[in-house]
Amino acid sequence: MNEGSKKTIKTLCFAVLGMFTFSFALVPLYNVFCEVTGLNGKIELRATNDKNIEVDNGRDISIQFVSHNNEEMPWAFRPSEDNIQIKTGKYHTATFYVKNTTNKRMVAQAIPSVAPSNAAAHLKKLECFCFEQQELAPGEEALLPVRLIFDNELPSSINSVVLSYTIFDVTDYNDVEFTQHHHDDHHADHEMEPSI
Amino acid sequence: MSAVIESHNHDDHHHGPAKGLTRWLYTTNHKDIGTLYLWFSFAMFLIGGAMAMVIRAELFQPGMQIVEPEFYNQMLTLHGLIMVFGAVMPAFVGLANWLVPMMVGAPDMALPRMNNLSFWILPFAFFVLLSSLFMEGGAPNFGWTFYAPLSTTYAPPSVTFFIFSVHIMGASSIMGSINVIVTIMNMRAPGMTLMKMPLFVWSWLITAYLLIAVMPVLAGAVTMMLMDIHFGTSFFNAAGGGDPVLFQHIFWFFGHPEVYIMILPAFGIASHIIETFSRKQLFGYASMVWAMASIAILSFVVWAHHMFTVGLPLAAELFFMWATMLIAVPTGVKVFNWVTTMFKGSITYETPMLFAIAFVVLFTIGGFSGLMLAITPADFQYHDTYFVVAHFHYVLVPGSIFSIMAAVYYWIPKWTGNMYDERLGKLHFWLSFIGVNVTFFPQHWIGLAGMPRRIPDYALQFADWNMISSVGAFLFGASQILFLFIVVKTVMGGKKATPEVWEGSRGLEWTVESPAPYHTFTTPPKVN
Repeated sequence: MNEGSKKTIKTLCFAVLGMFTFSFALVPLYNVFCEVTGLNGKIELRATNDKNIEVDNGRDISIQFVSHNNEEMPWAFRPSEDNIQIKTGKYHTATFYVKNTTNKRMVAQAIPSVAPSNAAAHLKKLECFCFEQQELAPGEEALLPVRLIFDNELPSSINSVVLSYTIFDVTDYNDVEFTQHHHDDHHADHEMEPSI
Repeated sequence: MSAVIESHNHDDHHHGPAKGLTRWLYTTNHKDIGTLYLWFSFAMFLIGGAMAMVIRAELFQPGMQIVEPEFYNQMLTLHGLIMVFGAVMPAFVGLANWLVPMMVGAPDMALPRMNNLSFWILPFAFFVLLSSLFMEGGAPNFGWTFYAPLSTTYAPPSVTFFIFSVHIMGASSIMGSINVIVTIMNMRAPGMTLMKMPLFVWSWLITAYLLIAVMPVLAGAVTMMLMDIHFGTSFFNAAGGGDPVLFQHIFWFFGHPEVYIMILPAFGIASHIIETFSRKQLFGYASMVWAMASIAILSFVVWAHHMFTVGLPLAAELFFMWATMLIAVPTGVKVFNWVTTMFKGSITYETPMLFAIAFVVLFTIGGFSGLMLAITPADFQYHDTYFVVAHFHYVLVPGSIFSIMAAVYYWIPKWTGNMYDERLGKLHFWLSFIGVNVTFFPQHWIGLAGMPRRIPDYALQFADWNMISSVGAFLFGASQILFLFIVVKTVMGGKKATPEVWEGSRGLEWTVESPAPYHTFTTPPKVN
C-alpha cells in the first residue's frame, strides 16, 4: 500500500472519530443554543440579575398558568389561579398548589416552558419553585410561589402568554445534579440577596 | 464444513477463485465481495418485502384482519430498517465493489481484508435484528426512525439488540466507505483525473463521504439511547433534564444525509445507462458532478424539515423550508441533463433503459411531492400522513430500487458472461412499473385526505384506495420473484455476452472480457 493510501485512511479514521464525538457535543451545543436564543420555550432556571428592568409604562397582558404531571407522577399539582391579567414591567407573584398524595417521601422538580416561545426571553423571574427541587413528606401539601415580571420589550404581537410547568418525579435522581446551573443558582442567589 | 476446506498453496489465488464455501468466507476479491453484497441485499429485499406484504394484507380492508396491532408495528419497523440498511445500502455497496475498481482501472479495492470484514459482519447484524422477533416483548415496534422516548422508556426489551445491530451495520458502512474513498483517491489508473472519472464513481465518492460524516452520528444516537436505557443517563428523558426533541435533531442530522446516501449512487447508475442507450455522450458531465456535490452539502442543513411540527421557531421553519427547496435546483439540473442526453439520441429500449427512464420520471414525481412537503404551512397538514409514505416510497422504490434493478440488468452480462432474457426482463419491468404506481400513487390521495401513517386500521372512507394499493403491492411483490428467476437463469446460462455487451457502452469495465476475469487491471490501463 502506498503512502498516499495510508494518509487517506488516517484522515478518514480521524473524521469518523471526530463525527462520533460531534454527535455527543450536539447535546450541550443544543442546550446552549436553545438558552441563548430562547428557542424551544426554554427559560433560564435561575433568578434574574437584570437590574435595569423598567417598571412602568407597561401594557396589559394576560397570563395563563398550566400544570402537567409527567408520566406516573402522582402528586396533585395545579395553579392557584388559571388566568391572570398583569402589566408588563410589573412584578407579580403567583402560586401553585402541590400535594404529595402518596404514602412515601418524594422529591419533585418542576420544569417551566413558555408559549409563544419568543416571549421566553422577556420573562424574568426573581424567585421560582422551579429553581429548586421540592421534597414533600407523605400527605404534605404546599403553596409554591413564582415571582415574575415581563419586560416592556415583549413583542407587541403578544397579548397572551402561556406559562406551563411540568412536574417530574426525581426521587430516584435525587443525588444527581439536575440542571447544569444548579450550583451556579445558589451562588447567584446568595450574591443577589443584598442588592434586592 | 471441514470437507470443503482444502489445503491450497499460496500461488493458487493468482489464478482464480478458491473452491467451495471457504472461497466466499475468506475471499478478499472485490468481485466476490460485490456478489456477496448483492445476494445478501436481495435476500433482505425479499424478507423486507414479505413484511411489506403483511402490512398491505392487513390494510387490504378496514378493521383488524390478520395480525395484532403490536405485530403490525413490529412489521413496519423491521420493514423500514431492513429495506434501508439491509436492501438498498448493501446493494449499492455491492455495486461499488464490483464496479469501482474496474471503472477506475484498479486491480482491487484498497483494503481487501477490511472489505471481507465489512461484508461478513452484516449477516450477524441482521440475524440479531431479526431474532428480536422471537424474543419476549417482540421486535422493535417504534418505527424505523426510533424516536426517543418511544424507543427508550417505552420500548420492548429487544431494543438493546436493535441498538447492537445498528452499531454493527454502522461499522460495516464506515469500513465500506473508507475502502471506497481510499480506492478512488489513490488507485486510479494513470491519466484518470478526477474530472474524467465515470459518474458512478463520482456518485460513490460523494456518498462515501456522506457515510463517513453521518454514520458515526447514528452510532452516537443509539449509544445515547443505550445509556438512557441501561446506565441511568437522561439524554432524551425529560424527567432527568434531557430533551426528546434533541433526539429528533440528532437522528435527522444523520437521517437526511442518509436519504441522499440512498439516491446518489442511483444518479450515477442512471447517467451511465441513459448515455449508453441514447448512444450519445452524457450531456453536462461537469454540472452532474457539481450537482451531486451541492446536494450532498445541502443535505446537512435541511434536517429539521422532518420536524416542522415539533414547535420550531418561525425563523427556523423558514430557513429549513428555503434550504430544502434549494435542493430542487441541483436535482433539476440532473433531470434536465438526463432528458437532454436522450434528446435526439438513437434510443433503444432494453430493460436497463426502461428502468432508467422510469427512474427519472418516477423519482421526479417523488421529488415534487418532496417539494410540497417542504412548504412549512402545508406540511402541518401532510405531516405523518400517507402522503409522506407515498413521497418517500416514490423516491426509494422507483428511485433507488429501480436504479439497482437497472444496474443489475445493465452489468449482469459483464458479471456472468451471459445475456439475460430480454423478453422476461421487459415483463419484469412492466409488472414492477404498474405494481409500483398502483401501490403508491393512491397513497398520495388518501394521505391528503388525512389517513395517518403507521396505523393497522383506518376510517372507512379510505377503504377503496387502500384495497387498490394492496393489490398493486401484491403485484409488485410477486414480480420480484420473476426478477429472482431471471437473475438465476442468467447466472446458469444464456446467450454469450461480448466484451462491450452494449452497442453504445463507454468505460473501462467494457474493455475486459465478459465475464470479467477474476483479476482485472493487474497492470493499470492508460487513460487518455
